[in-house]
Amino acid sequence: MTEMTFADAVREGLAEEMRRDPLVWALGEDLSTAHGGTSANQYLGLIDEFGPKRIVNTPISENTIMGAAVGAAVAGTRPVADLRMADFGMCAVDELVNQAAKIRYMFGGQARVPLVVRQAIGMRKGGAAQHSQSTEAWYVHTPGLVVVAPGTPADGRGLLKSAIRADDPVVYMEHKDLWVSKGDVPDDEGLVPIGVAKTLRQGTDLTIVSWSKMAQLSNDAAEALAKDGASVEVIDLRTLWPWDKAAVYASIKKTGRLLVAQEAVQVGGFAAEIMADVTENCAGDLKTHARRIGAPRMPVPYAEPMENEYRVTTERVIAKARETLDA
Amino acid sequence: MNQTTARENKPAHIFELYQTMCLIRAFEEKAEIAFDDGFINGSIHQYIGQEAVGTGVCQNLRASDYILSNHRGHGHSIAKGANPEAMMKELMGRVGGTSGAKGGSMHIADFSVGMLGANGVLADGLTMGVGAAQAITLKGEDNIVAVFVGDGTTNRGPFYEALNWAMVYELPILFVCENNTYASSTLTRSVTAGEGPVARAKAFGMPASDVDGNDIVAVDELAADLIARVRSGGGPHFLHARTYRVKGHISRDKLLYRRDGETSENWENEPLGRCAGWLAENGFDESELRTAHSAAYARIDAAVESAKAAPFPDAALAYVDVQDFGPPEPWTKEGGAS
Ligand SMILES: Cc1ncc(C[n+]2csc(CCOP(=O)(O)OP(=O)(O)O)c2C)c(N)n1
Ligand SMILES: [Mg+2]
Repeated sequence: MTEMTFADAVREGLAEEMRRDPLVWALGEDLSTAHGGTSANQYLGLIDEFGPKRIVNTPISENTIMGAAVGAAVAGTRPVADLRMADFGMCAVDELVNQAAKIRYMFGGQARVPLVVRQAIGMRKGGAAQHSQSTEAWYVHTPGLVVVAPGTPADGRGLLKSAIRADDPVVYMEHKDLWVSKGDVPDDEGLVPIGVAKTLRQGTDLTIVSWSKMAQLSNDAAEALAKDGASVEVIDLRTLWPWDKAAVYASIKKTGRLLVAQEAVQVGGFAAEIMADVTENCAGDLKTHARRIGAPRMPVPYAEPMENEYRVTTERVIAKARETLDA
Repeated sequence: MNQTTARENKPAHIFELYQTMCLIRAFEEKAEIAFDDGFINGSIHQYIGQEAVGTGVCQNLRASDYILSNHRGHGHSIAKGANPEAMMKELMGRVGGTSGAKGGSMHIADFSVGMLGANGVLADGLTMGVGAAQAITLKGEDNIVAVFVGDGTTNRGPFYEALNWAMVYELPILFVCENNTYASSTLTRSVTAGEGPVARAKAFGMPASDVDGNDIVAVDELAADLIARVRSGGGPHFLHARTYRVKGHISRDKLLYRRDGETSENWENEPLGRCAGWLAENGFDESELRTAHSAAYARIDAAVESAKAAPFPDAALAYVDVQDFGPPEPWTKEGGAS
């Protein structure tokens, strides 16, 4: 194991895949400049090793970044397109949703679209309305797409590698606040399979299901609740589509209680899908109805007090968990 | 705004523009200090070195004209008449901010002076500017729209859609391309084909002019002329202003991608010094210029102090102004937020 930041671990993962397969390449704005991707140096140094044909510093042209990735994928390569933030990813939803997601199906299986699109999600302090959004549910709703949202450096690296090797288009959503977070990363290949959740903590009274940065907050909440004698199990889904139903069902069988925690706006979010699913499939195991926590249905405000009002905090997860435990 | 003075007394007119530029420079320098001291969250995109463009364009507009800005919008806002005191409060997330502290640096707007918003998403101001011009046409007004766009953003598709549309419908728009050489850490020319923004605009049949964007006298003359043409029904025009982003892309940017000496060489060409030089040659003595300069800094110092003293907004205000139908439910409600 080696301790690394999320950004470094994911860069390593990308480099390893690029060494393994010469048809893996990356494209996006500012990837090859001295900053190596302006947000968190996620591409630092890759230009030196792989050159400008494989680390493509693009114009500010989101539609073409995404469209080119689709075209290059059907033409036999494995592009990793970086749209920097999910907010800018919206500029290229068309190419992703109308093309990448549907090409295999509508052309009768003639082609695969093995691309990865990186779209960072989540709030950073002061990010405000257009640099903070968590749009994972948009893509879970889109048939044809795989959606992953890793929460640790090891999962960030391992899921990126699996995403690159997958023949489906994968939306890879990394939380901006996680880039600088540190964790142990395995020294071996460290592949993390798509569609497999990770149990962060065992428990018997309540299951909290979450993903991305919110999984860490859920874990903190569980730790706090343990001091009060509550035994909370925390599942980090890691992949949102296909999500690990077996892991969630098994946990509910054990605990009889479910809370789903997400940073994204609650209305129409992915937590709603999980709740609906377990209502249909785990009704007999639930001692109380499943609950969820997510942000109010509003844009992310700027000033700190309002931003904190918006945020799904550990304290709020704890309160909701208590409500679920007491019901 | 200053067109009469411009014709009657050019030095006095340029002096007014100098005062505006000083205000913008002071605002940006003090905002950086406030940022470093932890009073501003997120990031700030400074306008230092580009003051002559926004000033020369906006000061030739009327209050009833519209502008659409981008992520680097502080200077455009001040030049269009937004209140720097309220802007500083917005940056610090305080009561009295231009957007009620909901938006911060990247979302400065002051609709009362026709400043329809800075923007966190590149190129969206272009297409919205087209719409604002359609509205002016529909309402039969003689106002115009000015849209600011960076050099790097001319590679986004909406730039072409907006230029084409504006030509087809002969809309009253002045497109202002501020070519500051960089797009974040990328040299724009390294990712841009052809001969640049002027050639691109001309490809649509749009009249396009090029100006030294660090020369306020030149920008002012050209902008006044183009704005008059647009206002009198001449259709859209394109103004390409060559300038240089003296600071980093955002204030924290360490500028690792620049060669040694590049910033200092360009600093010699910065617009305030050049304007002061012109004013000195045209009858202003140094003490008058110094007084103007320090007055701007004093005003912004006071703006910073009053912003620091202003309260933070009540958290409950977060729920205000989302929408009329189905506004958000606060956390306190049983069952959590929705
Ligand atoms: C659609 C979109 N893509 C990318 C970004 C990230 N971004 C913000 S500013 C910037 C560079 C803009 O360069 P330019 O248009 O030249 O304006 P300048 O910053 O030089 O004023 C980039 C890539 C964004 N905000 N929106
Ligand atoms: Mg630029």
